[in-house]
Amino acid sequence: MTAADERTRQYPFNKQEGLDLDPAYRAARETPGMIRVQMPFGEPAWLATRYEDARFVLGDRRFSRALATTSDEPRTQSYQRAGGILAMDPPDHTRLRVLIASAFTVRRVEKLRPRVRELAEGLLRDMVAAGAPADLVDAFALPLPVQVICELLGVPAEDRHLFRAWSDALLSTSSLTLEEYQRNDSELRAYIAGLVALRRAEPADDLMSALIAARAEDEDRLSETELVELCVAVLVAGHETTATQIPNFAHVLLANPDRLAQLRADPGLIPAAVEELLRFIPLGAGSAFARYATEDVQVGEVLVRAGEPVLAAIGSANHDDARFPAADTLRFDREETSHLGFGHGVHHCLGAPLARLELQEALRALVTLDGLREASEPVWKTQMLVRGPRSMPVAW
Amino acid sequence: MTAPTWTVHVDSGLCMGSGICAGAKPGVFRLDGPAAEAAVDQLAPDEAVLDVADMCPAGAITVHDAEGTEIGPRP
Repeated sequence: MTAADERTRQYPFNKQEGLDLDPAYRAARETPGMIRVQMPFGEPAWLATRYEDARFVLGDRRFSRALATTSDEPRTQSYQRAGGILAMDPPDHTRLRVLIASAFTVRRVEKLRPRVRELAEGLLRDMVAAGAPADLVDAFALPLPVQVICELLGVPAEDRHLFRAWSDALLSTSSLTLEEYQRNDSELRAYIAGLVALRRAEPADDLMSALIAARAEDEDRLSETELVELCVAVLVAGHETTATQIPNFAHVLLANPDRLAQLRADPGLIPAAVEELLRFIPLGAGSAFARYATEDVQVGEVLVRAGEPVLAAIGSANHDDARFPAADTLRFDREETSHLGFGHGVHHCLGAPLARLELQEALRALVTLDGLREASEPVWKTQMLVRGPRSMPVAW
Repeated sequence: MTAPTWTVHVDSGLCMGSGICAGAKPGVFRLDGPAAEAAVDQLAPDEAVLDVADMCPAGAITVHDAEGTEIGPRP
C-alpha cells in the first residue's frame, strides 16, 4: 500500500455504458484508509472501497440513513429523493420491514418457483416464436419480474406502461427538475393509493391486502402514508434491478463462453452462477445512499467524525482480492460467496430470496436457447442508479 | 413433567444485524451489539418464532424443539 490519499475525487467513477469497474477503485483499494469523493451535488463524502470497510459501514448501527434526509446528501441529481424505508433507521425501519418480511422469506418465495419457471419458459417460447432478432429486455427480462411482483403485490400487470414510466423517473440520476420528479412521485403514489382503496373494499390474496389488514388491526403499526410508500417501494424495487440484471447476466455469460458452456452442461450450477454473477457485476454507476455517522466511528484507518457521510462502493468491495481471490475472474466454484450485491445490515435487500429465484429461473430458461448471441451492441441505460441494457438485441 | 420447551440460537458469524428478529420478537431475541442473540434460554412453543427464523435475511437463526430436533427455519 502507498500513503493515504487526501485529494478529493469527482465521483462516480464508472461509465454508464457497459459494466466495467473503473480502475480508480483498484487504486483506492490499494491506498490505506478511505478516499474523499465529491458527487455532482451534496457534501463531500468518504468512499469505502475495500470489502471489509464497506461491509462494516453497511452493518454498523452507529451509521444512519435517516440522517441523510436532514443533510446535504451526496447525490447525482439536484434534488434529494423522497425517503421511504431506505431513509429510515431502526426501530421505525424494523417496524415496517417486519410487516413485509414474511412475504419474502425463502420458504414463501420458494412456493412461487413453479409459477416463475412457467412464466420464464413461456416468455422465452413466445420470443423464439416471434423470430430473431428480439429485444431480450422487452421480450423477457422486463416482463418476467414485472409479472411476478404484480401478482405478489396485487397490481394489474397490464398497467406496466404506466408505472414503468413513473418508476424510471424515480430511479433516474438525470437532470429531471424537482417539479418533474415530484410529479412522477405523486402520480405513482396516487395510482397505488387508488389500488389500495380498491383492495380495502375487496381484499384479495396478495401483499397489498395483507398490509391493509395489518393496518386495520393496529393503526399504530402502519400509517396510511407508510402503507402506500411500502407498496410503491415493493413495486419499484421489486422489478427494476432484476429486470436489469437478467440482460447483464446474459451479456457477461456471452462474453465468457466457457462459463456459459459449463452452465449448459450442468444446470445444477445455476444457483452458484447467480451468486457469482451478483458478485461479479458492478451494477451501480456509483455508490448511493450514504450512511451518516451518528458519533465518531473508526473505519479501518480513518476516524469518521459524527455527522460525516460514508458511501460504500459495493461493486468495488465485491472485486476485493483480499476477500475474493482473483476477484476479476468469473468462476462458479468459489468457497467465499458472501458478496455485498444485496447490501448488508438493516437495509439488506428485502426481496433477495425473490430476486435469487427469478434470476435462477431466468438463467435456467435462457441457457436452453442454443446459439444465443447478441445481434448487435446493447443500448445501455444512461442516468439510472443501476447500469444495464435498455435494449439488448439477440438472435439464436 | 414440564411443558415442552424450544431453544433458539443465532449464529453470530452469519448474523448481519438486520434486527428483524429483535423487532418481531423482542422477548426472544435482542440486538445490542453487532450480532443478535437469544434473550432467553428456553421458550414455550410459538409458531411466531418459526416465522422469525424464516424471515432472517442471513439465515442465522435456528430453532430446536424439546427433543433437540431442528424445526426452524422451515425448508
